[in-house]
Amino acid sequence: MSKIKCAIIGPGNIGTDLLYKLRRSTLLEPVWMVGVDPTSEGLARARELGLKTTDKGVDGLVPHVKADGVQIAFDATSAYVHKDNSDKLNALGVMMIDLTPAAIGPYCVPPINLKAHAGKREMNVNMVTCGGQATIPMVYAVSRVQKVKYAEIVATVASKSVGPGTRKNIDEFTRTTSGAVASVGGADVGKAIIVINPAEPPLIMRDTIHCLTAEAPKQKEIEASVRDMLAEVQKYVPGYRLKNGPVFDGLRVTTYMEVEGLGDFLPKYAGNLDIMTAAATRTAEMFAEEMMSGRLQLEPAA
Amino acid sequence: MNLKGTRITVHDMSLRDGMHPKRHQITIEQMQSIAQGMDAAGVPLIEVTHGDGLGGASVNYGFPAASDEEYLRAVIPLMKQAKVSALLLPGIGTVDHLRMAADCGVTTIRVATHCTEADVSEQHISLGRKMGLDTVGFLMMAHMIEPQQLVEQALLMESYGANCLYATDSAGYMLPDDVTARIGLLREKLKPETEIGFHGHHNLSMGISNSLAAIEAGARRIDCACGGMGAGAGNTPMEVFIAVCNRMGIETGVDLFKISDVAEDLVTPILDFPVRIDRNSLTLGYAGVYSSFLLFAKRAEAKYGVSAREILLELGRRKMVGGQEDMIEDAAITMARERGIQAKTAA
Repeated sequence: MSKIKCAIIGPGNIGTDLLYKLRRSTLLEPVWMVGVDPTSEGLARARELGLKTTDKGVDGLVPHVKADGVQIAFDATSAYVHKDNSDKLNALGVMMIDLTPAAIGPYCVPPINLKAHAGKREMNVNMVTCGGQATIPMVYAVSRVQKVKYAEIVATVASKSVGPGTRKNIDEFTRTTSGAVASVGGADVGKAIIVINPAEPPLIMRDTIHCLTAEAPKQKEIEASVRDMLAEVQKYVPGYRLKNGPVFDGLRVTTYMEVEGLGDFLPKYAGNLDIMTAAATRTAEMFAEEMMSGRLQLEPAA
Repeated sequence: MNLKGTRITVHDMSLRDGMHPKRHQITIEQMQSIAQGMDAAGVPLIEVTHGDGLGGASVNYGFPAASDEEYLRAVIPLMKQAKVSALLLPGIGTVDHLRMAADCGVTTIRVATHCTEADVSEQHISLGRKMGLDTVGFLMMAHMIEPQQLVEQALLMESYGANCLYATDSAGYMLPDDVTARIGLLREKLKPETEIGFHGHHNLSMGISNSLAAIEAGARRIDCACGGMGAGAGNTPMEVFIAVCNRMGIETGVDLFKISDVAEDLVTPILDFPVRIDRNSLTLGYAGVYSSFLLFAKRAEAKYGVSAREILLELGRRKMVGGQEDMIEDAAITMARERGIQAKTAA
């Protein structure tokens, strides 16, 4: 059976890493790379790998969507242009996986709500933030056992893995992640903190997840739930590791994670970027399975 | 050293950096009385915020006795001459917090980043400046990089709109020559109208000497705290610094006897333990570790049976930066496991 054809918008670090992951997929086939700069290294690299490319943005892709059978697009550009990109492609029946902080569609954290999104035939899903992908599964691992009144995550990333877009608008990370820690993680209140560390050699992404439970934590059940969740995330991010915990201290439940990337295009320490591209790939694969089974047929937006 | 006639601004840290040794539990009433005492003593600028800046209320850094907004609204209207500042660390606080603080009436916003990461402060500094606030760029752990690199980062913050730039010795690691090199180069390379400031910690007892070195090299804002308040072994002790400035003819506008009464009568009585140089705060200064890690390391020692000194040294070895308080328990658990120590059961 032929694979589901995909386009990547944004030939930067994220887009290129995504391309490497999609090339390994048994369900997805990357066919287009979309950029805006004719001299982009990312576009050149994609061409070398046999993809069609355009430097005219999404408008350069639109005329080819039907003929080339593109069904899923990934947006790895910026929040500012995402809606425009999404509207143009949705209109042609292409579903959009949003790796920008635009978040016009529902948040998708694969082990928590991907199945529900695929079932609802969402045309646009948002991958939250790197810190969100790395921590929200562990918030959920506690909240599915018992009520979590407050959850707080601390994501520490290597300076070299934080691009200029994130740096210019670091508040967006804080806000988006806090929101999703609550709404997707299942905590009454969410808070997110990001710390950038310039150490050399660069440190591997670290994530700390603090949950405050309403009642005394059910230690055995939480430990089992955390183990199960760890295994779920490891299916698409093998370098997702529990370093310490869960620590129980009164009503506090804390898990200490480390996220090492696969080192596809981005270096291994940049687990923060890897978990985004891996989660996006996982999401697309789930939608692809639904499409291939005939359960999901995407139609052009009215 | 002849600094006679030099006018400087002392900026009090008791009610912000001083929140660290108080585990952020200073009450509204205590804030009000200490701030009023300082106001009457002539302290021109007082910082009031959670120890880790606006939005610092968290499991990771500690929940405070009152919110930033409650503290600011309680203190600012009482000030007769003193202005109030707030601290903001991008990644913890956001521009929403900045707007809130401005609405409460702060005149100064200090935007703090690790010394190599100035470019995360653009949105906060440019907004502060746009709102007409005295906007300060605060480069933390400034001992970790060479003066030239520090200048590059300071120039970024200046380009976003900061009208004052700080070299911040968060670990209390610097010796006077380190301060001279950094402040001197900042003074040389930044615009002449940009002010330079120095924030010290007393972990190696260098608070006063470093502050004097900073003034000699061109700094005109000096952070101090009354009664030895501040993370680690405290900031540069205000009352001692004022006495030294008086002797040297450095003009601060602060009344020595009044400020030493504030220290003795208002600050010392609220301390939970004497903030001083002990083996752990000494280790911060010696190994170059972020001063607010101190109490977390002591708590981890009590719980996991690894000495605070060893934990702090390990954090220094791992090049931890400000804000990574979560890694203290993580490091302690890992060290205890490696040594086969059974953790004491949770309290």
